[in-house]
Amino acid sequence: MPRTALEPRFQVEYLSILDADGKLDAALEPDIPPDELKRLYRAMLLGRHLDERMVRLQRQGRVGTFAPIKGQEAAQLGSVALLRSQDWMVPSFRETAAMLWRGWPIEKLLLFFAGHIEGSQPGPNQNDLPICIPVATQLPHAVGLAYAAQYRGDDVVVMAYFGDGATSEGDFHEACNFAGVWHVPLVFVCQNNQWAISVPLKKQTHSRTIAQKALAYGFPGLQVDGNDVLAVYAATKEAVDRARAGDGPTLIECVTYRLAMHTTADDPTKYRTTEEVAEWERKDPLTRFTAYMKKKGLHDDGLQAEVEAEVSEAVRRFEEIPAPDPLTVFDHVFAEMPPHLAAQRDLLAARLRDDAAGSPDPPEERPASPPMRGQRNSRWQS
Amino acid sequence: MAKLNTVKALNLALLQEMERDEDVVIIGEDVGVDGGVFRVTDDLHRKFGGKRVIDSPLAEAAIIGAGVGMALYGLKPVCEIQFSGFAFQCFHQFENHVARFRLRTLGRFHVPMVVRMPYGGGVRALEHHTESEEQFYAHIPGLKMVIPSGARNARALLVAAIRDPDPVIFFEAKALYHAAKEDVPDEIETMPIGRAQVARAGTDLTIVAYGTMVRVAKEAADALSTDDGVEAEIIDLLTISPLDRETLVASAKKTGRVVIVHEAPRSFGPGAEIAASIMDEAFLYLEAPIRRVTANDVSFVGFARERSMLPAVPQVLAAARETLKF
Repeated sequence: MPRTALEPRFQVEYLSILDADGKLDAALEPDIPPDELKRLYRAMLLGRHLDERMVRLQRQGRVGTFAPIKGQEAAQLGSVALLRSQDWMVPSFRETAAMLWRGWPIEKLLLFFAGHIEGSQPGPNQNDLPICIPVATQLPHAVGLAYAAQYRGDDVVVMAYFGDGATSEGDFHEACNFAGVWHVPLVFVCQNNQWAISVPLKKQTHSRTIAQKALAYGFPGLQVDGNDVLAVYAATKEAVDRARAGDGPTLIECVTYRLAMHTTADDPTKYRTTEEVAEWERKDPLTRFTAYMKKKGLHDDGLQAEVEAEVSEAVRRFEEIPAPDPLTVFDHVFAEMPPHLAAQRDLLAARLRDDAAGSPDPPEERPASPPMRGQRNSRWQS
Repeated sequence: MAKLNTVKALNLALLQEMERDEDVVIIGEDVGVDGGVFRVTDDLHRKFGGKRVIDSPLAEAAIIGAGVGMALYGLKPVCEIQFSGFAFQCFHQFENHVARFRLRTLGRFHVPMVVRMPYGGGVRALEHHTESEEQFYAHIPGLKMVIPSGARNARALLVAAIRDPDPVIFFEAKALYHAAKEDVPDEIETMPIGRAQVARAGTDLTIVAYGTMVRVAKEAADALSTDDGVEAEIIDLLTISPLDRETLVASAKKTGRVVIVHEAPRSFGPGAEIAASIMDEAFLYLEAPIRRVTANDVSFVGFARERSMLPAVPQVLAAARETLKF
């Protein structure tokens, strides 16, 4: 009985088009119209600037903990740019640039990180799920959305985001397996930023790539230079076209780097070297895209000031938003409020009125000890 | 009207809802060609095809997680978890997502899904096939937790669950699947979720039960009537959460004595919430402490000890008599 290699033999490709030095592989350069390139570049500047501004807002106590995207703009924008409005985006929690592209107002993103649930409400016709914090748990939702779209015969593609750490979670593997078996129109976009908080990729997986994990589930996986917006765009276009054609899911591994901390509550100097960070700063996606835009004659010097003004204006609007009404939450637990929730809401409303009045009612007079059996017809009777 | 057991009655509910509404899809392990390990989805695969009656890969988290995605898109997935003891592999999906999407998006999204799971003992099954773990779901805000007690209400409640705009965890008592046939009307029938029923009217004592334990409560009530001349009222909860406190309190006020029966372990179980709710609103009407007849706080470890682990008629009788004598 021989021992033989099975067909097909698998292969994982790596795609890079615009390298860290700005060198372009013209043969692979995707055909992106100038207006689309300008839009992408502006979104990248906006994403970068908002991110830096949010760190400052957090340090000033104006928003809470949040997860910066610095360094991952190309991975997000190069992929999300291929979605149409009828397509669905399923984010994790580090997709600020992708969410901006999909039309989330800046102040809504700020609201989420300032602890307002209003920040996770997509607009009425926006086909995006809200930020998802439990790692990888959003991925099965993406599979279900894609299945439903296919079931209805809709021309819809779903794109799901996650990080390298998520690929260790069961939900990632279950989602990939279901997506493969069901052959759904789904693009998995992994932002492999090398670190899951303090745990480096080599402790996360013994696989040579994350892309190859797709092959085990029976669909293509491609590794791209995630700091190269052109490569991400080209790879995603292929994946989205495949999904639209009914040829099933794809996993794109964007090799990128989180230049900042995991969240504003994290201190990355505890687990990684400044040399490593410096090496990745050299590969900054924004630097090489700027050089590319300049070469193309599409660079606009006034853009930076424009996005700064846009962010400032949004921060101003954000700060004018009043404190949320604590009672709203009761309205959205169920379609119809059950009696016990109505009672709890009324109690809270009374407490809030007392708090507002600054003088809570004096406590009702009560007997000093709890009633014993047999006492109930006397003083305890109400 | 046809005489149906619970399996057939549930099957009828699924069949009629699927005929009525193309958005209703079924997902689960072995639900397709095999018709489910208990045959609740029998023949539906043949009638509606594999796109609507989906034999999923064996992974509970993705069954529920994909169900969430389908529900967000507008479908009405009816997910089957083969045994409730396996639902801990998808429990995070319930707590993190199924229960929360409506609130997290302030109503922009909601999750109209049903998750059916066989639960409970009495069928001599292995570990992880016998547990009663309704309390976990009842405790999560945003989930509805339903447990029918017979063929007719199982059918009506499953229809109601499928039509409910919110997620419903639907426990089916394995011991009742083939226990008794009931008259089930041919035309679609529903029942309100969130309402208990008076399964037996009485004046002297209230027995609160649900699922398999309603049968136990009825046997005990009959014995009390015959042997003690006592008429017990039985409240069949049908919905564990949201709890129908109004019906419970009204009965407690009438009888002044309450015994709660459930298969779930006692500590922090549904009985505690039921007792506290009655105490909140009917304390002054009580003639005796509320008694609980439940499983002990011990994990289920195999059916050789099952009889000693499940609440049974003699314990309900003892608790009732103790309460009456207090």
